[in-house]
Amino acid sequence: MTAAFSDRIDIALTVNGESVEARVPAGRHLVDFLRLDLGLTGAHTSCEHGVCGACTVRVDGQAVRGCLMLAAQADGAEVWTIEGLSDTGAVADLQAAFVARNALQCGFCTPGMLVAAADLLAVGGVPDRATIREHLSGNYCRCTGYEAIIDAIQTVALARSEKGVA
Amino acid sequence: MKASVGGYARATDLRHALDLLAASDGMGRVLAGGQSLIAALNMRLSSGDLLIDINSIDALKGVSLDGNRLRIGALTRHAEIANDPLVAQHAPLLRKATDLIAHAAIRNRGTIGGALAHADPAAEFPACILALDATIHVEGPDGPRDIPASDFFVDVFVTTINDGEILTAISLPMAEAEERQVIHELARRSGDYALAGVCLVRRAAGHRIVCISVGPRPELATAAMARLDAGDTDGAVAALRDALDPPSDTQATAAYRRHLVGVLLHRAIADLNGETA
Repeated sequence: MTAAFSDRIDIALTVNGESVEARVPAGRHLVDFLRLDLGLTGAHTSCEHGVCGACTVRVDGQAVRGCLMLAAQADGAEVWTIEGLSDTGAVADLQAAFVARNALQCGFCTPGMLVAAADLLAVGGVPDRATIREHLSGNYCRCTGYEAIIDAIQTVALARSEKGVA
Repeated sequence: MKASVGGYARATDLRHALDLLAASDGMGRVLAGGQSLIAALNMRLSSGDLLIDINSIDALKGVSLDGNRLRIGALTRHAEIANDPLVAQHAPLLRKATDLIAHAAIRNRGTIGGALAHADPAAEFPACILALDATIHVEGPDGPRDIPASDFFVDVFVTTINDGEILTAISLPMAEAEERQVIHELARRSGDYALAGVCLVRRAAGHRIVCISVGPRPELATAAMARLDAGDTDGAVAALRDALDPPSDTQATAAYRRHLVGVLLHRAIADLNGETA
């Protein structure tokens, strides 16, 4: 390996609002860094090639696949996981609606579903069911059959718009 | 699985990226959006790569007008193309394609330059840029080079980008006032790779048709284009089916793909004419 390339990379970023500095292996993807190095196990590793959506986290305000971004690439980034989004209450209404609508059984997909749903609702307005379904097309759920998840997200979109916060 | 990477370097500008590529002894891999590359690395389809991360190079980002052409930087992300007013006005095919490319979280990271350099024949952008007669701009140790889209795609994952070169941008003619551009495809799940797809452009010089997922590389369907120029829709569909030799795999048989492209071309023509297929 030439000297220009490193197999350990120093990164500085914020995760859930806290500053983090770390030295990461070049090939470590972001979700493994969050889970294994920081102990934030809310985002899940499953397919690890971008198909299932269980690792979805928020990076610089956008939902991304945690398995398709290297930790080394997160230098300078602002990362939010389901732990931080729960603590701040940012997705509290979505979480309550998921419980009320029985939109999860095993819960494995739920952190990714919530980040994806929050991403959609951040646009504002009340998306129709087809739009919600399309936005969640990259997130697998193997328990619920999706209808309850779409119900929950639509309920929150309506509630937010009635409160005038959407 | 976990990626096995030989090393990583963050390029500060294009010159730096080219120097890193030259120093990599053939093991260099340009990391743009990473939505195919990191998946491949995680699956250990490749290992020991020296990754050259170009995401910090602002000169490779964004959409602009360059004379009478639309220029799109290699690092422009799918979500940006989806929302860019210049793209919507001058290359609506690319905007429509973003509705079909993968899922929202992937469109937030994936880049057009990465998609073209990757040259997956099942992907939308390679077919689109050939249908639009775009030019691919690359930069290498000896300077810049322009490659017509018709000379760019060689085989599955193979292009005419040379070792040591980096794709920097594409440019394309702005859509004419009467030009129409449509894309139709079928996938088992929204956002999955298409079983088959059709890009159809009608401009003053004639129709341009390029299919998705039916061969090792995107190609102009010249026989079908000539039939369509002559106003012969059924002849165009027959010519398209005759010209293709699509692969059979676990997703679809060759016969099914050949059937689908005809159905999709019918739909695309109806869409072009403002009818309901």
